[in-house]
Amino acid sequence: MNVIEFNNLTKYYGDVKGCKNINFKVKQGEIFGFIGPNGAGKSTTIRTMLSLIYPTSGSVTIFGKDAIEFGPEVRSEIGYLPSEIFYYDKMKVEDLLKYSASFYDRDCTERMYELAEIMELDLTRKIQDLSLGNKKKVGIVQGLLHSPKLIILDEPTSGLDPLMQQKFFQLIKEENSMGATVLFSSHILSEVQQLCDRVAIIKDGEIISIQDIKAMKEDTYKKFTFNGENLNDGKFKIEGVSNLSQTNSQVTFFFKGDVNEIIKIAAQLKLKDILVEEPTLEEIFMHYYE
Amino acid sequence: MNIYKFELGMLKRSILIWSLAIPAFFLFYVSFFPMMSGEDMNAIFEQFPEEFMAFFGMNPDLPVSNILGYVSLTYGMIQIPMAIQASNYGFHILSVEERELTADFLLTKPISRVKILVAKLLAAMTSLTIVNFTICVATILGTALFRGGQTVNWGVIFVLLSTNIFFQLFFISVGMFISTVVKKIPSVLSVSMGLGIGLYIVSSLGTMLSSTVFHIITPYSHFAPSYILVEGTYNWSLVWISFVIITLSLAGSYFFYTRRNIASL
Repeated sequence: MNVIEFNNLTKYYGDVKGCKNINFKVKQGEIFGFIGPNGAGKSTTIRTMLSLIYPTSGSVTIFGKDAIEFGPEVRSEIGYLPSEIFYYDKMKVEDLLKYSASFYDRDCTERMYELAEIMELDLTRKIQDLSLGNKKKVGIVQGLLHSPKLIILDEPTSGLDPLMQQKFFQLIKEENSMGATVLFSSHILSEVQQLCDRVAIIKDGEIISIQDIKAMKEDTYKKFTFNGENLNDGKFKIEGVSNLSQTNSQVTFFFKGDVNEIIKIAAQLKLKDILVEEPTLEEIFMHYYE
Repeated sequence: MNIYKFELGMLKRSILIWSLAIPAFFLFYVSFFPMMSGEDMNAIFEQFPEEFMAFFGMNPDLPVSNILGYVSLTYGMIQIPMAIQASNYGFHILSVEERELTADFLLTKPISRVKILVAKLLAAMTSLTIVNFTICVATILGTALFRGGQTVNWGVIFVLLSTNIFFQLFFISVGMFISTVVKKIPSVLSVSMGLGIGLYIVSSLGTMLSSTVFHIITPYSHFAPSYILVEGTYNWSLVWISFVIITLSLAGSYFFYTRRNIASL
């Protein structure tokens, strides 16, 4: 079953394109990545799902229902964490969370305290006294306290320290294993790589590719780095090598093919060090943005 | 209901301040009446040109030496802060979520925009009604205490007090409507002062220049104390315009707010 279905979703702000002909589907139980540089149209796309923005044409269906027409009903099962968090400054964290919980027709109290404890959130403080990272934690708790079936994360990790980030990812994975579907928007590819099953890549408001992360990584290149002496003689200019960069002491390149070919060449060299890595998604995707 | 309670809580301090300030303003001015009620005062005011008197909302049929004449003058002045408060709420209640960037919180909750609009409007109207009530109490109390021994026609005073709610509705609905059509309200306080004082000046100019055109657009003229306290009834030839403007503004607010795009930062 598809939890999210975009049908030719298009949004123009006057003459300015927000996004155009967005078409993809997110299956139930998936963690779906949504990748693109700032200003590519990620937020516009996400905001139409929450009826913060009304599409110019096309539509988005969530749980089989039109996200605009059945807005309140659809949103009762969505947990949303915006990229920038702002709340009523003068409120105490606990009051804000209770206010947030009061919108849902179920008892969220237990889960609320549980999440606050996991995220090490001090409930007695006023919002205005919180640091950016702590505000983010409030956002995470308020986004998850009603155990939503669909979690929408719009660049969620800014402001979180690496430790909290790991806790947060853990939390998302747990929610996911309990059945929640996740749409994770980010411009940081390593995050998406860590968490997602599939990923849609958006550029200038249009989806340019939808990829299965695992298949893509298996199917692709290895990144080789050789350190040694007299390496800039072009020995590695063989078929399957790309992005070759060579200096006297170091050669790096991507290679797709039979690794024995590389080992044969390397055996003739005087080396100090070899490094063979999985290329990051960043490197794999780079050509989409060139 | 939760939004209503929450919004009312947010307005708590504002209710307190306004419901102290406006009645105090009225009581302060009306307490001077015993000194104004002599015939000498009338002689002084008769010296002033008619246009000048009209500008301050004084009706020649109702001299300031009469308690109703004095109330008319004073009430005309406290209508200004009433208008400012009501427009302030109007401009504020919907636009605040975008200005303080809390729209991403409230509008993504499982509740329709209509319900948000209604809850916020009701909370603001409740606040205005509380303030309205304190104004009524202060008006009755002040008039009774400082009437300088004159008999007061309470009936016309009650008619005057009954206009407050429509007067407030006018400003809150117009403010709200404007806030839903413009992209952003940079400073709520200045625009509400602008609307509240601006329309007062329009009304005064209208009276001074005896021009109906000015009177048509401003509720200060529709609900002029100098008319009501003399005639004892609403000025129906103008009041209906206020009702039409209120209805259109509310309908327009609904129309534009439920279609508004809440852009990200």
